[in-house]
Amino acid sequence: MYVLIVGAGKVGWNLARELDDRGHEVMVVESNQSRYATVEEELQHGIQYGDGSELWVLERAGIQRADMVVAVTGDDEDNILISQVAREKYGVERVISRCNNPRNLQHFDLLGVKPAVSATDLILRLIEHEVPKYGPLHLLDLPQESLEIIELDVADESLAAGSQVKELGLPDGSLVISILRDGTGFVPTGDSVIEAGDEVLVVLDPGLEPSVTPCFTSPVDRAA
Amino acid sequence: MFVLVVGCGRVGSAIAKSMLSDGHEVSVLDETPEAIALLETGQDRSWEELGGSFTVGTALEIDALLEAGVERADAFVASTDGDNTNLVIAQVAQRRFEVPKVVVRVLDPARASWYRDQGLSTICPTQTAIELLLDAVRDAAREHERVG
Repeated sequence: MYVLIVGAGKVGWNLARELDDRGHEVMVVESNQSRYATVEEELQHGIQYGDGSELWVLERAGIQRADMVVAVTGDDEDNILISQVAREKYGVERVISRCNNPRNLQHFDLLGVKPAVSATDLILRLIEHEVPKYGPLHLLDLPQESLEIIELDVADESLAAGSQVKELGLPDGSLVISILRDGTGFVPTGDSVIEAGDEVLVVLDPGLEPSVTPCFTSPVDRAA
Repeated sequence: MFVLVVGCGRVGSAIAKSMLSDGHEVSVLDETPEAIALLETGQDRSWEELGGSFTVGTALEIDALLEAGVERADAFVASTDGDNTNLVIAQVAQRRFEVPKVVVRVLDPARASWYRDQGLSTICPTQTAIELLLDAVRDAAREHERVG
C-alpha cells in the first residue's frame, strides 16, 4: 500500500516508521525546514520538503497513486483542506485526518472529512470512563448506522437496581445488550435482574440517551 | 445589507470601511484586538461610533462567528491571512449558515481555481497580479519588436 502522510510531527513520523516496518511504501511531506532535516536523516527518500496544502507539492509526492492519505499536521484547517482535496480532487479512497482541537470536529464532519481522529477527545472519553460521575461513557458512535452504545453504572436506589430488564420500561429503540458484574459479563434476557453496582451496556438510537439514563441513576442525582 | 468580514488586515479592513460608508451594516471578526486600528485610520471617530461592530475571536470558532452575527449575514467575506482558514470558514458559512453571498480570498492560484470549480466564489490576488504584470511585460515586448 502507498501511504502519503502530511505532517512530520511526532504523530506523522512515528506513523511513517511503523508503516514502513510493516512493509508499506510511505511518503511524508513536511513544511518546517528543521523538522524536515531531522526526519530526513532517518527516512531519507521517504520525506519531501514542502507545504502539503499546495496541490503541486501533493502531486510531486505522488498523491495520484496514493492508496491512503493521512493528514496529521498541527493545524486543523490544513488537515481539513488536505483531506478534502485528496478525496474530492484526487479520488483517494481512504483518508484519515487528525483533529487537534475537538471543537473543530464539527467542521471536519460538515465538510465530509472522516474519519477524523482527536487525541484530546479520546483522552476526554477515557477520563469520563475513569470518573463515572461525568455521566455515561460513549463506547461507540455509529452516526451512519444511527446507533450508539453507552456504558452506565447502576446506582443504589436507582429504578434499575433490583428490577428485571423487562420491567425497566426503556423506550423503543433502546436495548440492554450486556450486564457486567464482578468482572464478568453476560447477555441478559428480559427476566435477568439488574443489581446495584452492575455496569450495563445499552445500544440505542441517537437522542434517546436522556430518556434511558435516569433509570440507572439514583433519585438524588436525578433531582440534581 | 448585513456584511460579515472575517480577517481584518489590509484587505478586510478596506472592504469593511467601504461597505460601511456605502450605508451597509458591517461586522468584523479578527483574532487580534489591535486590528481595529486599521478600521479607524483616517477616520475622525471610532469604528463603533461610525456604526460598525468588531468582535475578537478565532475564525474557526463557531461561537466567535455566531457572536459576530453569521446567522443573519447577507454576505460573508473570508479575508484572513491563511488560505486554508479562508477556504474552511467560507464553506462553513455557505453550507452550515447558508449565507447567500460568500467571497473568499485565496492567494494560491491552484487552490483558488479548484475551489472555484467546486462552487466557491474565490478571488485570487496572485492570479490578478500575474495577469496584469504579464500584460505590462507583453506590451513592452511588442513595443520592443515594433521599434526593432
